[in-house]
Amino acid sequence: MSNLAVLPIIIPLIAGIILAFFPKKLALVRTLTKVFIIGNLAVAGFSAWHVFNHGSIILETGDWAAPYGIIIVADQLSVLLVLTTNIMAAACAFYAPYSLPDRKERYYFYTFFFFLITGVSGAFLTGDIFNLFVFFEVLLMASYALIVLGGDKVQLRESVKYVFINLFSSMLFVTAVGFLYGTVGTVNMAQIAQRVQEVDQQGILTAIGILLFFVFAVKAALFPLYYWMPKSYAVPNPVISALFGALLTKVGIYSIIRVFSLIFIHRIDLTHEVFIWIAGLSMIFGVIGALSTNNIKLIIAYNIIPAIGFILWGIGVFNQEAVSGAIYYLIHDMIIKASLFLLVGTIAYAAGTSDLRKFSGLIHYYPFLGWLLFVSGFVLAGIPPFSGFIGKLLLLKGSLADEKVAVVIIALLSSLLILYSIMKIFIRGFWGEKDDTFEPKPVKGRTAPVVALLALSVFLGIGAEFIYPSVESISRYLLDPANYINAVLEG
Amino acid sequence: MYKPNDLIFRTTTSLIAFILLGFSIYLLLAGHNSPGGGFIGGLMTSAAIILMYMAYGSDILRKILPVNYRMLIPTGLLIAAGTGIGSFLFQQPFLSHTYNHFHLPVFGDLELATAMLFDFGVYFTVLGVTVTIILSIAEDR
Repeated sequence: MSNLAVLPIIIPLIAGIILAFFPKKLALVRTLTKVFIIGNLAVAGFSAWHVFNHGSIILETGDWAAPYGIIIVADQLSVLLVLTTNIMAAACAFYAPYSLPDRKERYYFYTFFFFLITGVSGAFLTGDIFNLFVFFEVLLMASYALIVLGGDKVQLRESVKYVFINLFSSMLFVTAVGFLYGTVGTVNMAQIAQRVQEVDQQGILTAIGILLFFVFAVKAALFPLYYWMPKSYAVPNPVISALFGALLTKVGIYSIIRVFSLIFIHRIDLTHEVFIWIAGLSMIFGVIGALSTNNIKLIIAYNIIPAIGFILWGIGVFNQEAVSGAIYYLIHDMIIKASLFLLVGTIAYAAGTSDLRKFSGLIHYYPFLGWLLFVSGFVLAGIPPFSGFIGKLLLLKGSLADEKVAVVIIALLSSLLILYSIMKIFIRGFWGEKDDTFEPKPVKGRTAPVVALLALSVFLGIGAEFIYPSVESISRYLLDPANYINAVLEG
Repeated sequence: MYKPNDLIFRTTTSLIAFILLGFSIYLLLAGHNSPGGGFIGGLMTSAAIILMYMAYGSDILRKILPVNYRMLIPTGLLIAAGTGIGSFLFQQPFLSHTYNHFHLPVFGDLELATAMLFDFGVYFTVLGVTVTIILSIAEDR
């Protein structure tokens, strides 16, 4: 039964390998992709159900006992994230055949797609910090291949930046793991947490913690380290942007959540206080970026930065409500960002350009697309019945209880500006005079995955009563690292 | 047309390539108890293939080794992943390995471990990746 924990990593790996044998037979590849991704979604759903009802699954790979082997830990947070990953991966798999040219699909797109899912699921599930690094590399290698796939000039330019900054942060990651291993003598996260607790997090350990934060902040595109992100996420095909925007930065922020709720929690006044300021600055600079541009893809890409800021804010405040809010917002944001990237990709395809100044009056031809964007804007900004609201409300309550007023004001203002940045697309692109020379293109297959994701996102808001207890139990679990340590080392 | 006469290079290559191939197989099989293993074995085999490529050119190489190196990558990965999943059949955790002693006619008493199969997977993947990289750069015009 404990092998259930590793299945969400193995199934996409095997799928990617099998699809690499016959990349040119597109009909077969597309069918198999859908079969595998649905199968994986079912397995992820089942393991989530199992974990929420029967407790964490700990898999000791190779049958080596806890601190000596690699541990796969499927606890409530990781299975929830793996499930969300698979939901949006399924939407991308159904969107890809419509959006990608055959030429790109033939050159191993689906193989890299599955390897990306392998890396992301692995990073969520592992309980070993060096293994986390390896899964980071798996997902980064796949993302290097996806970002450059097709070889357009802009893609080449952006991928060089992307590869360099990620290579640099991976080097820092190895260095940080080396320092950590040199100091505490283990790479198993539970045992690191135990040993850091025993020595009461001395100065060197706080320094290593900040170094690790720097590494993860580069991956997550937080305030001073986000400059590589928006353009390189906006240039590839919409389905690839959706995968990147919904998964890669979220793996970074997940690692921050994990490391700073499990290992480095004994100097909260030093570390977590800094997070709140970084979160606030991320929100400000992210929305400034989103307002500064007329490229609709770039607007969505810039909107990732304040979202990551919101999640980090929850970690920074670090009480029950704020952490619940951060987790709720993380799940919400993975789904809505994927949906928005796919939607904006569809709009850019329908309009023939992604420059907001060059089209208007689309509502006469695509009323459904227009209203989808309208609802997405509301969901993203957190208008009450929708899912963004609940996460932000919890964050606000948590930080007001802690009397962090400045960041609350920044967050509320930036929410307003996020709403404006999405509504700008709606107002300038969809409103306006009917252009009679315009020839509409069919977008039916492309809207179906967006509708599915948006429906789920709306359900996250309306069905909050149903979901909130699970999120609350996750945050209670995260706030007491003894849960994790005992489950791994004594389980 | 300039046509180099590389008789010495070709003759020594046909000798050295065999030594290299033999040494790479030795490295692959010795990995459990002495330095070596799938990774260095795969690199050494691809070094032998690249040497033959430099001496004889890609046409002749394709005739004597009709292998699609790109296919070796998923094959190797499948072998390695299959070794991990094989433990599912015996109700063991993922990647559990086992070994046993066998009495073979020529070699005598041998200890064979399933970790060897994983090493074969690594070997094929490394071989496929290295030769694919070098040949696709070399044949790019």
